[in-house]
This record gives sequence, structure tokens and C-alpha cells, in this order.
Amino acid sequence: MKKWHLIIDVEKCEDCNNCFLACKDEHVDNDWPGYSSPQPRHGHRWINIQRKERGKYPMVDVAYLPTPCMHCEQAPCVAKTGGDAVYQRQDGIVLIDPVKAKGRKDLLGACPYGAIYWNKDLDIPQKCTFCAHLLDEGWKEPRCVGACATGAIRALLITDEEMRTTAAAEGLEVLHPEYGTAPRVYYKNLHRFNKCFLGGSVAVMINGREECAEGAKVRLNNGPLVTETTTDCFGDFRFDNLERGGATYLLEITHRDYQSKGLAIDLEQSVTLGTITLVQIAA
Amino acid sequence: MRDGSFCQPCRPFCQIKQGENMKLSVILYSIYQMLKRTARKHPSFRARLHEKNFTAQIKVLEHTEGRYYVFRDGKLSSHSGVRPNPDITLTFSQSALAAKLLMPPHDQLARINAMKNFHMGAEGPDELVQWFMETMSQMMSLSWKYGTDMGGGVIRYTNGSPGGPMFVYVKDGKILRITPIDFDDSDAKSWTIQARGKSFTPQRKTTLSPYSFAWKSMVYSPNRILYPMKRVDFDPHGERNCQQRGISGYERISWDEALDIVASEIKRVRRDYGPGAILGSSGSHHTWGNIGYYLSCRTRFMNLIGWTPVLHNPDSWEGFYWGAMHHWGHSMRLGAPEVYGTVEDCLKECEMIVFWSSDPESTAGVYGAMEGSVRRQWLKDLGIKMVHIDPYYNHTAAWLGGKWIAPRPATGNAMALAIAYVWITEDLYDKEYVAKRTSGFDQWKDYVLGKEDGVPKTPEWQEGETNVPAKDVRALAREWAAKKTYLACGGGAAGVGGAARCATGNEWARAMVCLIAMQGLGKPGINIGNMQCGSPVDVRFFFPGYAEGGMSGDLENTGLSINMYQRMPQLPSMNTSKQVVPRLKLPEAILEGHCEGYPTDPKTIEGQFQKYEYPAPGHSPIQMYYKYGGSFFGTMSDTNRYVKSYRTDKLPFVVNQSIWFEGEAKFADIILPACTNFERWDIGEFANCGGYVHHSFTQCNHRVITMQHKCIEPLGESKSDYQIFLELSQRLGVALLFSEGMTELDWCKQLFDGTDLAGVTSWKKFLRKGYYVVPAPPEELRAPCSYRWFAEGRPKDVPELGPLPADYSEGFGHGLQTQSGKLEFVCSSLERYAPDDPQRPTMTKYIPSWEGHHTQDLYRRYPLQLISPHPRFSFHTMGDGKDSIVNDVKDHRILIDGYFYWIVRINSTDAANRGIVNNELVKVFNDRGAVICAAQITERLSPGTIHSYESSAVYDPVGEPGSSPDRGGCINQLTPARTIIDKSHAVASNSCLVQVVKWDKEQA
Repeated sequence: MKKWHLIIDVEKCEDCNNCFLACKDEHVDNDWPGYSSPQPRHGHRWINIQRKERGKYPMVDVAYLPTPCMHCEQAPCVAKTGGDAVYQRQDGIVLIDPVKAKGRKDLLGACPYGAIYWNKDLDIPQKCTFCAHLLDEGWKEPRCVGACATGAIRALLITDEEMRTTAAAEGLEVLHPEYGTAPRVYYKNLHRFNKCFLGGSVAVMINGREECAEGAKVRLNNGPLVTETTTDCFGDFRFDNLERGGATYLLEITHRDYQSKGLAIDLEQSVTLGTITLVQIAA
Repeated sequence: MRDGSFCQPCRPFCQIKQGENMKLSVILYSIYQMLKRTARKHPSFRARLHEKNFTAQIKVLEHTEGRYYVFRDGKLSSHSGVRPNPDITLTFSQSALAAKLLMPPHDQLARINAMKNFHMGAEGPDELVQWFMETMSQMMSLSWKYGTDMGGGVIRYTNGSPGGPMFVYVKDGKILRITPIDFDDSDAKSWTIQARGKSFTPQRKTTLSPYSFAWKSMVYSPNRILYPMKRVDFDPHGERNCQQRGISGYERISWDEALDIVASEIKRVRRDYGPGAILGSSGSHHTWGNIGYYLSCRTRFMNLIGWTPVLHNPDSWEGFYWGAMHHWGHSMRLGAPEVYGTVEDCLKECEMIVFWSSDPESTAGVYGAMEGSVRRQWLKDLGIKMVHIDPYYNHTAAWLGGKWIAPRPATGNAMALAIAYVWITEDLYDKEYVAKRTSGFDQWKDYVLGKEDGVPKTPEWQEGETNVPAKDVRALAREWAAKKTYLACGGGAAGVGGAARCATGNEWARAMVCLIAMQGLGKPGINIGNMQCGSPVDVRFFFPGYAEGGMSGDLENTGLSINMYQRMPQLPSMNTSKQVVPRLKLPEAILEGHCEGYPTDPKTIEGQFQKYEYPAPGHSPIQMYYKYGGSFFGTMSDTNRYVKSYRTDKLPFVVNQSIWFEGEAKFADIILPACTNFERWDIGEFANCGGYVHHSFTQCNHRVITMQHKCIEPLGESKSDYQIFLELSQRLGVALLFSEGMTELDWCKQLFDGTDLAGVTSWKKFLRKGYYVVPAPPEELRAPCSYRWFAEGRPKDVPELGPLPADYSEGFGHGLQTQSGKLEFVCSSLERYAPDDPQRPTMTKYIPSWEGHHTQDLYRRYPLQLISPHPRFSFHTMGDGKDSIVNDVKDHRILIDGYFYWIVRINSTDAANRGIVNNELVKVFNDRGAVICAAQITERLSPGTIHSYESSAVYDPVGEPGSSPDRGGCINQLTPARTIIDKSHAVASNSCLVQVVKWDKEQA
């Protein structure tokens, strides 16, 4: 049985908000009987774009994580209503019945991803519907996908087995697998959001002037794991996709003409080391 | 001859005439039959016939032929002959002419030739004549079909916006949704570029800017003005209480009352004060389309009543216009570079791009939606290296990655000089190119090396100005010289925005031209651009942009004369007032009664030197202000000045024609409610503005021309701008000169007929489907790459009409627009005009910002440098405020205590030093004013620099308007009124010192 899945590439998202605004365009003031009641003009984020800045000036990066309803196979919201007020369709889409779910504010707490919002005026819980009302009319994709100009969001109607193959091939992950809800929204380059980087700049003194050290070897040791890189023309290096949480990393910088330098770094979050100046090997 | 007997000598002539009379007689009778038939067929037409009771006479001058039509209680009767005392009369000089003009197809050129030469005339009330002519026109247009039936009662229309064209789904007269346009198989194929073993083809659809997805929420905004209003304490015949503007409320009045007041005020000020008394202005941008645009129907109307226009500064270009232009010309583009073929060249040849104050992912070029984004993704696919120089780690940098270099605001010109220093001292520039294609380099080289002023412009020297480590500048300079590098200087499209809008904007833009010249501008892979412009679309297919004047009839102040006047015949319109007001000095014009300015003139480099003064000789000071929209509080500089200029008796009458009740609209005496372009007819092309941004559609992956269907009826009592101007024209006796007897839809067809569109599709097909994709040309017909001709010493081969023939020293098409025809390091135009101006030397030098870290007293009190770029999620004030859904975008406004606050971005260190936490209310202030914002704490700025977008639509002072903190977010209350240099009309908003403190409500 084919099910709807979303693949979101964090690296391709630039926070243009077209998905978020197209969702509002589709659902604010529009009633889709059998699917959803109108979304309030303000406050709801059926696709919630979260921002993550890493590092410090002058080496930073920013990533965005659009998070809709995960349309989980083992959806706690479905379980909570016994598949009645909230139910999963044959195609995998999880819908809240706007009539049966009236008054069920308790459903907000059921979703570990915080994807359900409360509509005070209508007294109902609401969330992303995967634009099921459009797909049933023959549309090929939900509004968020159609609005995305950078290809950061893809919608696929494939079997779960095919999805697992795709995920393995493309290195996709789900958000918080530990929740155990089997989400049908997959992410690419998720490390930009939930892992750390360690970066810095290497410089040397030449003729009394500070110069960027291009081509220095930088080695990062963390237990058995060793990664290596080379500084670019600005002397910059960066290791990404590092686990956070107090792991100690040993950094070793070597250069043919300069003395090596070692640093131990506790990685609580991304670290910008600033400029590390190497000393010339005495002649 | 009336008895029909002919004298012998003129018998042949009379026989011809008799034949013509017969023909006309048949035509006049068939009009009667057609009117009846249309009424039978179309209920709306039947209803229309109930609107008026009158008699219309059509006749030839000598009464040889005629017919009259009697409209009475919805019934129509008609009789042959000439009737005494009809209500209106259309008169033609001859039967043959009448027959020609009354027979389809409509020949507007013949009609206006007849009007201009008194072969055709109309008598009777304008309103009835207009109604009669519109009724005649509807006999054709009512049968036109438009829109696509999607089933279930849903019709899909098309429309356009400054953020891209769109499908508009409508059900039961209400907009359901707005989407990008997905192309179908019948639409033209897309282009493909082969580069480095890969194929690049854009997606088969259009893109939209974020705020364009918010149009439905803006159409149905609670802030829509739904009926005409009058300020409660404004009495045109008694107390006007001008000081109450911005404070007092409004009451609903009828359209008749509103229009009568405005028309009588126009007559009064003209009668009592003479030419120039009526001031008119709009924002830089309006809703979309060639007919309803401010440069179209509004310009025609204002020219018909005589007005003092508010002259725009080249607001997004500034440093390119007042600075860079002197090095390379390009006056037609306000000093910005050529834009052709660079996408292909960049993909094939370029190895590195330096984005310098360039954030196309935020500014969408201009009107370019997100068309360029996919092309910039290709840069990543090819592994092209990127460097981003910007005080803010902008969205292009964040998305594409690469090296970020953050100079202190308004010091980029110091960094540029240091790069030149490295190239000169390390022999890293293209000496052959500099020798052959440029002039004056040695003189500038001496300055860079410090031979002139004793200060070598070393990387270490620049570090003191920019805070950028000298080693980074050396590394950048060497890498730049080693790689074929594109320079992306300017905000969105090539050469606008960003650092060009600061106190050193001229020198920065000039330095950009000098740097790229040193590396061989125009050689393969070495050019200006950021993939925003220069896609391989068809530049030969003619369709106009809004700056080409639409129906304005204005040959002097729009681009009408270049193409459209010949293609779309229309009556010319000319403003008889010679008086103008510079936009940045508008408050001084009103409050002080005097100001001066310099023109934005694209014709020639020297245009900008022609200083003008207000008031103009023999003209009246301003007595009334016809304001179109309400953006200046958010978009101009030191904008409390603009607030104050409303609250004075020196400005006795203000009318504002606006869609939303916001900004300046709340400072009018009479408010006329206009509708959006979803509620009226128009026609336009994606990202095509024409004018200064010639061939601006090269930003798009496909040229898409849209019929802007009237998707829904105007909300409330609002009307189209065209209709409002028409109804005022009727009260001033100029209705036919305004409309030429046509409706907005007729004008759209007139425009269609005048373009290349009419050669490739039919009006009916285009109107029905709503859009046309212009086929991409075959590879051999793609526009050549910018400046390749110049680099190779060939005649100019890029398809642009500028410079004007007389501006080429060596013959047409040879060299640049400069006096030498070369790229001039020392500018001959400045040597001729003001060789000793220390504010703008003849070659670019380091001139520190007049508001920055060197202005010590001010810097001590206001130690934070504010940059306020064009906004990302709104287009100027469009999209913002209005209870639009854009307000929910986390990086646009932040909801605190039920109010959407504007955002100021501040480094974590600066925030900590002030005890400011994230999403907390702060006061951003200096001597000019105070704005209450929500603080967003970020690492995307270096300490000492803060960031907030300009262009809030909301002005909401907590106390006295003009002198109390604004919680709406008009950050331009804080920016300097001073122009970049004295001899300019140039905003310097990115040079602004401020302080930020936690906001304490008690302070208010």
C-alpha cells in the first residue's frame, strides 16, 4: 500500500517561509468539510520553521527545520482517540476530524512533536492535513511542496518499504526516532540542525605580518574516531556532524614549516575557535 | 444639398458622399440592433441599461446623416435623423470617417487622430458620454470569456504581483487560494545550459515571493478601506484643523461627497494660487500591471489637472547612480551594469563569486520572486567558491555557505582600496586590460599606494576602519586574482541596494567598478552578477514594463516614447507645471517653503548635475497634496519629518487614495478607497518593470506575461484607481481626455495589440488562459555576455538602447558612455563638473562616513551602527501590517502581548551588555526618534552592528505623532536626512548611529 511521505532537506531550506505562508493561504478562512475547519489567521504553525544558529562571529551557520505533523504510523494522537476523532487514512495521512474532536484540547499533549494547535474560537485541535482535500481532487502534492522554490520539500506516494530504501540510499533520518512513533516525514542533512561543528582559523607570521595559513592539516580525535581536513585559503577549517554533549575532542594542527599545535575541546555546542597562530619551526 | 438633389459639377463627389451616408446609416442602425441583442444575451447589460435616462445623438457635422438612441427606464429606442437637444452628441466631420471609426475592429490611432484634428467631438456631460461609449464597447467585450473552469464552481484566474505572477482560484466570488503558475505541455519549452559536463534546466513553473502568498489575507484585510472617509474635524468650508492629522478619527461619506470635495479643492487651489499648487506623490512601487500603475493612469490624470510631482531619488541605486556612473556610464541603468548572458558564462567559466553587500535571497533581485534561487543552487552543484562580505550574515550567505567577512558598516570602500593595494603591490591584476580598456589608472594607483596623501591603503590600514583582519583581506585579494571571479556588488539584481545606500555609498560603488576593471571585466568568468540577472530568455520579444508608461500619454516622464507610443496610440498628456519637489526634502518644501534637489535622469551622465529649486519660478507653493498610498513613514529617512509636515496649516488639503488604512493614509483629510489588482483589470509581465531596469525579466527563468483578470468584485465601495480618476475627471471636464472613451479592459486589449504578443497568440486565447510563456530562443540567438564586447575591443553587441547616440565619442556602439569611451579610473564627467568637490573626488578615495565611528561625539552617545536593508518578507510596505499572514513569519515580526512588533537584530555580546534577552521589547533610538522593537539575539552580526529591516507599513506612535516612540516599526525614523553628498538627492540610510535599551513602558 502506497503512503504519503515528505522528505525535507535542511540544507536546501532558506527560511523563505513560502511553505508556511502557502499553508496559511490554503487553510485560513477556508473550510474543507470532511478534512479541516478554517485555520485561525494568526498563531498556528501547521508547518513550524525552527531556526538554529551555530557558532560565534565570525564563523557561524544557520539552519532551518520545517516541522509539520509527522503523520506517524504509530501516531499517539490516533491511539489516544482509538482511531476515531483522529485517524489514519489508507494513504498514511493522519487527520483530525473537526467534528468528532471538538473540545479535545487534551490531544495537544498527545503529540510529542508539538504539531497540534488549539483553535479557541472553534474549540477544536488542528494540524497539518497534508492537504488531503487537494490530493483527493487529484493534486500531485500538498501546498507547502508546490510553494517551495528550492526543492527543499518533496512529497512521495510510495510504500513504506520503498521509503526505507530511499532513506538508506540518501542518508535520511526522522526527527526524534526515540519517540518511537514511526514518522513519515524524513530529513536530509539534519546534522545542520541537531549536531555541532567545530571550526576555526589558522594563521602564521610571515615577514612580521599575520597571514592566513592555507594547507595546514587539522586532525580531530575523539576516541577511536579520527577525522582530518585541510585549511582553505583563509586558513579556515571546520568539522561538522559532531555529537554534542560534553564529548572531549583533541584537535591537532600541523604544518610543514610550523610547530604543531594541539587543543582539547569539550563540545557542549558548536564552537568557533577564532584564530590559532602557529609558530615557525626554528631554523 | 439636404433635399438630395445634386448639382451637375459635383455630381460624382456627391454620389460618393451619398454612398458613405448610406453606409453610415446602416452602421448606426446596426449599433441599435447590436445594443438590443447584447441586452437580450447578457443580464448585466440589461441591468446597465437601467442606469441612465438620456438621449444620445450620433451625427456628421453638416447634419447629412445621423441617428439618435433613447435610453429610458432600461428600454432602448432609436430613430434615424438629427434630434433637437439631445443630452449628448457625438459628432464626426464626415460620414466616411464616422463609418470607419464606428466599425470594428477598433482603430485607436484613427480615433485619436480624429480627436486631435477636430474631426470628432463630443458634447454633453462627460459622465453620460463616457457611459455611452463604455456601453458601445461592452457590445464587444461582454462576449469575451476568461478564466479556467476547475469544476466544483471553482474558476482559476491569473494575476500578477511585484512578487511574481500567480493562479488565483475563486469560488462564489471569493478568492480561495493563490499559487505559482504550473506550466502545461502547451507552454513553451524551457532553456538548458550545458556547463562543465552538466545540464541545467529550470523547473516548469513560476515562483512567488513569500509575501505574494499573503495576498488573499491582504485583499480580505480588516484594514481595507471599504468606503470614502472624511476626517471628522475637517471642514473644507470652515475649520480644517490640519494639526489634528494623525490624531482625529474619520467618518464615512458618500463617493459623491468625497469626489465633490476633492474636485472642488483642485479647482479652488488652481483658481486661487495658480500652477504647481497641487502636489502629487506615490510610493516607489504600486500593485502590479501596466494600466493601473502609478506611472500609467495616475500620471495621465495628474497631467490633466497640472501638478507638482515629488521626484524620486534613485532610491535603491544611490552610489551606483551618483558614483559608479561616472566611471562607466550606464546612465540608462542609473549606473548599474549590463545584465546579459551572465548565467551561462558564470556556470561555464566562473570559479568564485564575491557577494559584496549582496543578498538576492532576501531582496529577490527586484520583482524576481525566487527565480534566481535554483540558479544559485547550481553554483553549489558545481562547487563554485563563494565569499560573502556583509556586516550581517545574510540569507544568501546562510543558505549557500562560504567565507563570511563582516566589515563595519559603511567602511567597505576602505577594504576595497586595500584589495587594490594587494593587487598592485603583488602584481596580481590584468595590466593589459587596464592599459587598453581603461584610463587614469596610474593616477589612482598613486593614491592607493599612498603617494598622494602619504597613507598607503594597506590591509593593515583598512583593519582600523573595517575591523576585518588584514590577513583575511590579503587572502581574499590573492584568491580573487587567482580565480576567475564574479563580483556580486549590490543587494539583489546587479548593482542596487545594500552598501550603495550609506554615507560612503558613492565611493563603495565606485570602488567596485575599479576592482572588477582591474581583473578584466567581461573576460570569460570575470563579470558582475550573482545569477539573479542574465538568464537566456528571449530579449527580442517586446512586451513593456510598467515604467514604459502604459496609458499615461506622458512622453517626458515615462519610457512611453521609446516603444509604446508608436505601438499603442494614445493621446499625449503633458504636465503644464514646471515645479518639482525632491522626495527626500518633501518635509522641508512644506514646512520651510524652500528646498533644492538633483534629478534622477537616465538620459545622460550629466543629467544628475542639473540642480533644481523649489518653489520653481512663477509657481505656487504647495496648497494641496494628492497622495497615492501611504509608505513614506516606513521608507524615507528621518521620517518624523514627514509626520510633522502633515500636521501644519501650510498644507491646507490632503487627499489619500489608498487600499489600506495604514501609514500616511491616516493623515489625510479625505480618503478614497482603492481596490487591489485582484479586483480590476490589468495586464503585465513577470518582473518586467522596464525603464531603469531595462530587460529586467532576465531575472526570470521563463518570461511569463499575464492577463491580470478581474478575479473578484471590488470589496465594499472601493474602486479601481482608474475608475476613481475617471470619476474625478468627469467633475473636471476631462473624462474623455482621460479615458479616450475606453474601459480598463479596453486599455488592456490596446496594450496587448501593441506588443509582440499579438503576433503569437490571439486576444481571446490569451484572455481565456490568462498567461503566455515566451519561448526561449535557440542557443545561437541568446543575448551575448555582458562586457565581452568591451573586453575584446569590439562594437557593443548587447541588446540595449543606451547610451544615446550622441554620448559615444567614437561613433555609435564604440566604447562606453564616458568621454574617453573607456572605463575611467579618473572621471572626466566629475573633472568637468566639480573637480574639487571633497565629497566626491574625481577618482574614488577613502572618505569616512559622516555618521560612523569617526564622528566621535555622536558615536559616544550612540555606539551601535544600525543597518536597515530592504526587507525580506515584504516588498517595501506591501505584505507587512494589514493583519497580513506575513506578520506570523518568525523573522518578520514577533508577537508580544498581543501586538506584532518589528524586529531588531543584535549580537549576543551587545545584548548581554544591556541586559537584553531574546524576544524582549527594546527601544532603538537616537536624536531623531525612537522605535520600539522586539530584540532578536544573534551571532549573525559582529558586536557593534545592529540590523533591522526598513519599510514597516505600520506607524503607531505611543504619544504625539512625529515626536514620540513608534511601536509600529518605522525604523527609518532614525536614519539621517542628510544626502550622501551635497550635490545629490541620495538616501544614506545604512549610516545610522543608535543606542538600544530595554523598553520601559513608563518611559512613554
